Amino acid sequence: MADQLAIGSRRGLKPALPLLLPAYLWLTVAIFLPLSAMVFFSFMTDLPLAGKEWSFTLGNYAAFFSQSLYSTLLFASLRLGLEVTLWCVVIGYPAAYVLAKVLKGRSREAIFLLVILPFWSNGLVRIFSWAMVLREGGILDTALNAVLPFKINIDLMYSYPAVIIGLVHSYVPYMVLTCYLTLQAIDNSLIEAGRSLGASRLQVLWRVIIPLSMPGLIAGAALIFVPVVGSFMEPRILGGRTGTFYGTVIEDQFVAVFNWPLGAALSFILLAVVLIILALAAPVLRRAG
Amino acid sequence: MAGVQVANVSRSFGAHKALDNVSIDFADGGFYALLGPSGSGKTTLLRQIAGFDFPDAGRIAIGGESVERVPVEKRRIGMVFQNYALFPNMSVADNVAFGLSVRGEPKATIATEVQRALDLVQLGKLGGRKPHQLSGGQRQRVALARAIVTKPRVLLLDEPLGALDKALRVDMQIELKRIQREIGITTIFVTHDQEEALTMSDRIGILRDGQVVQEGPPEEIYDRPQSEFAATFLGDANIFRGDATGSGIKLPDGTTIKASTGTSVPAGAKASCAVRPERIRISTGAAKPDPANANTLKGQVSKRIFAGNNSTYFVDRDGQTLKVIVQNTGAERLAEGQPVVLSWSPDSTVLIAAA
Repeated sequence: MADQLAIGSRRGLKPALPLLLPAYLWLTVAIFLPLSAMVFFSFMTDLPLAGKEWSFTLGNYAAFFSQSLYSTLLFASLRLGLEVTLWCVVIGYPAAYVLAKVLKGRSREAIFLLVILPFWSNGLVRIFSWAMVLREGGILDTALNAVLPFKINIDLMYSYPAVIIGLVHSYVPYMVLTCYLTLQAIDNSLIEAGRSLGASRLQVLWRVIIPLSMPGLIAGAALIFVPVVGSFMEPRILGGRTGTFYGTVIEDQFVAVFNWPLGAALSFILLAVVLIILALAAPVLRRAG
Repeated sequence: MAGVQVANVSRSFGAHKALDNVSIDFADGGFYALLGPSGSGKTTLLRQIAGFDFPDAGRIAIGGESVERVPVEKRRIGMVFQNYALFPNMSVADNVAFGLSVRGEPKATIATEVQRALDLVQLGKLGGRKPHQLSGGQRQRVALARAIVTKPRVLLLDEPLGALDKALRVDMQIELKRIQREIGITTIFVTHDQEEALTMSDRIGILRDGQVVQEGPPEEIYDRPQSEFAATFLGDANIFRGDATGSGIKLPDGTTIKASTGTSVPAGAKASCAVRPERIRISTGAAKPDPANANTLKGQVSKRIFAGNNSTYFVDRDGQTLKVIVQNTGAERLAEGQPVVLSWSPDSTVLIAAA
């Protein structure tokens, strides 16, 4: 470790430049430039297209504060992000634990494949297949009525739970993968040491395994929370009229209302809020880990 | 404190018999080494006693109470792992406190006990450190303090010194022995290091292929091994194979070797003799008939390894290479290629029935 550091500092950054350059060039072209354009747009009264008049304004940002609709929706989206993240922890962590600590060899590979499989299918297809499952007279409704002796009506389509189900389904693999990686790195002898000291399996889980896998939980939560807060596809398709969230409003500005400056401004407010939340959460989570 | 009885314990993993009808009685307060090559079943046996794994058959009792189906957390044992297994997210003091804390002891009691345990392993001032800030030897001590602070009935050690360098290992052997005497705890120690087993334990059990080959005090196993495996695994031995004569064996070339220790083997049966290298005398002149060293063989020095306080001679004789260790007394050293006479006492010759 010390040797590596010494070598790194002696050679400086120069030899590393050819290795770093492609990635940073790409990032500049593909992310930094378009984002800068968006920042620019967010301060404009209108798009400079087809010779329209435009000037600089703070109005787009002011709109967020003057109309309570936006902050209400942002709040709903943050709550959605929190709920989806929690469900992903509840569903994903046990699966990651079993993958990392219980299964071995072939069965582990098979279960792993099932976790990764959703990544290989188109996101839109995934969401529409949920629509088939959740609607009245759909797969879930039919199947439950075939098994249960009494008649029930399952129509989850166009509801808040449908949005949660769709988002959890899309994002739970991130939680499984990040938690799997940290759980995998925990030496089994730590678990055995805990139990040899008289701790039950639950005590070992609570006092040894969860604290040691905290980095994976945090990484997974960040990977899920941030995109879910801004999500629009799942809320729109599965939520219907109940699926109006901050993300769908932003989408509307770009694709329906063509008010790009407002959409951009709302996006950057979301970015700022998410960054503030992550910054506030970081020290607390770090201490827990 | 309590003794541990293992009776007729067997454990298989698939077709592999890891433990095959093993019975050992671990006396209360004793220091016991389980010695064997890798794959001999010594760690499997320790894990059965700890309760990480349950035997297919047989009985395990701690302090007279049957525990073979009791899970590890209810057995009240202390265990030290090969890689120490300290909780990296906790300070040294929290590591040691873990066992008392999960038991729900009051905070004040925990603090006192933890300090006492850390003092015992001479780390009283390092309670606030994290495990990664400690040296290997210090981590070892923390692991030991953590294992004994709960006042377990048995202390189990799984190759605890394997990861330490030689000098530190010797220090820790002495330290471990001191602590074990001080608290008088029944200790079972798994090792593949014969020197460690010899210097530290009151009794040694040698395992091979899931079976106990021999069991007893170190001196007894060293002086009277009951199998070629025990003779060569614990210490060095020269092995002669031939037919039993009633008072020794006759080698294929007609030479007889007299043996007055070991088992009795009926005349005519296949048998071996084991002789420790340091029991053989080496000389250049013709052997004077000496009843105390009645066994003699002629040979030729093929190699000498000088190790300071002693020298090891490799002597070729009739297709066999014998090992002789001679203390460095300042006497003339023998050259390679020199014809020599080896002689030793029948008392130093252990007769072993062929397996």
